[in-house]
Amino acid sequence: MREVNVALISEAIKEMCIEANCCLNEDIYSAIENAEKNEQSEIGKNILSQLIENAKLAKCKNKPICQDTGMAVVFIEVGQDVHLVGGSLTEAINEGVRRGYVDGYLRKSVVKDPLIRENTKDNTPAIIHYDIVEGDKIHIEVAPKGFGSENMSKVYMLKPADGVEGVKNAIIDCIKSAGPNPCPPMVVGVGIGGNFEMCAKLAKKALLRKVGSKSEKAHIAEIEEEIFKRANNLGIGPQGLGGNTTILGVNIESFATHIAGLPLAVNISCHVTRHSERYI
Amino acid sequence: MEIVLNTPITREKARELKAGDIVKINGVIYTARDAAHKRMLENLEKGIDLPFDIKNQTIYFAGPSPAKEGEVIGSVGPTTSYRMDKYSPKTIELGLTCMIGKGSRDVLVIEAMKKYGAVYIGAVGGAGALLSTCVKSCEVIAYNDLGSEAIHKLEVENFPGIVIIDSEGNNLYETEVQKYRK
Ligand code: SF4
Repeated sequence: MREVNVALISEAIKEMCIEANCCLNEDIYSAIENAEKNEQSEIGKNILSQLIENAKLAKCKNKPICQDTGMAVVFIEVGQDVHLVGGSLTEAINEGVRRGYVDGYLRKSVVKDPLIRENTKDNTPAIIHYDIVEGDKIHIEVAPKGFGSENMSKVYMLKPADGVEGVKNAIIDCIKSAGPNPCPPMVVGVGIGGNFEMCAKLAKKALLRKVGSKSEKAHIAEIEEEIFKRANNLGIGPQGLGGNTTILGVNIESFATHIAGLPLAVNISCHVTRHSERYI
Repeated sequence: MEIVLNTPITREKARELKAGDIVKINGVIYTARDAAHKRMLENLEKGIDLPFDIKNQTIYFAGPSPAKEGEVIGSVGPTTSYRMDKYSPKTIELGLTCMIGKGSRDVLVIEAMKKYGAVYIGAVGGAGALLSTCVKSCEVIAYNDLGSEAIHKLEVENFPGIVIIDSEGNNLYETEVQKYRK
């Protein structure tokens, strides 16, 4: 049994919130750089070069890349041989988010109740996904997610008969109807299988994977490749103002499902897809 | 065409702007997003005036991140405009001539833009750090309790934008995308 004080987790999460919001990940950054070289539209090229400049400036000034510093999504895998001490894990995670958003001058974008809509003023609560895994390590991933793109996401409960074509068409349909709203170029996270809530969680998880990486499952990697091409042929382009850079990448995760179903979730994200990861 | 656009913008001036024009905005603009729009228009129904004279003004759909010591403002890019579609026909009718945001607009907003003379300008979404360098002063003038969603009066210099929808209803989202669709 390894003892870990939850204060360590608060500290890590605080730092990860700030880091994720101010330093664009290398994979996204180089995807934008590549896109800028290959973009056919003049307007689009210009927008992409502004995004590069913006990311550089944010990093050097330790300023948020985007003012929508999101709702903090935390994936935490706790090894079953870890004994947590020092207080509640959930409270420790929220304390980390609170300190990250307050001390890091990040925007507080969370309301306490979806209908009464009063700002909590510290960006808590976070959305936390817990998992118990083997071993004595804790794996934390923090992915602050803006809502311009979150609002464009969809869940489809397809039929088994819709098959792989139905899946591909629905993903393209979702990207197309998002259009200029989620600050394209987008990053697209897809979850196939599971059930209603599982596919949505898979889609979110897919956004944690590096853009440009491929699924380990050959039949899934094929879909990723095709979607990448088809999406970039939609013409939406940077900021929806036309061009051949509509998405920077698409990552798909899949899971077992029921004989009667083919659940599909498409989590639309933007060129400020943030992600920070640590082991404790 | 690249145009230096000084605020306030008259209806006539707004009508001169054409979809595709690249603009550099100078002068005072006001931030307002979901909660501020809701409150402004609910107040109006109760007979309470808007917190600023909206005639010929520009609203920037944005909610900045907090400024650090010594900074004028935090990051301040546009938010998605369609969420303000419910309110914009009214603000345009009241005198608003320019909106800055990102993303598509409803046909009722475009109808109001055509009828009264107003323009919709796109700023680069997700470039909030860069756009903040164009903001020379920032003051919360109303709804302080709304935090980032309060109404901020900004003075901007060479704030970059592109006219997306003009007062004739020409829409760059439609015309440009068609060129690259395969
Ligand atoms: S969609 Fe992304 S880039 Fe655009 S405003 Fe939201 S978080 Fe920022």
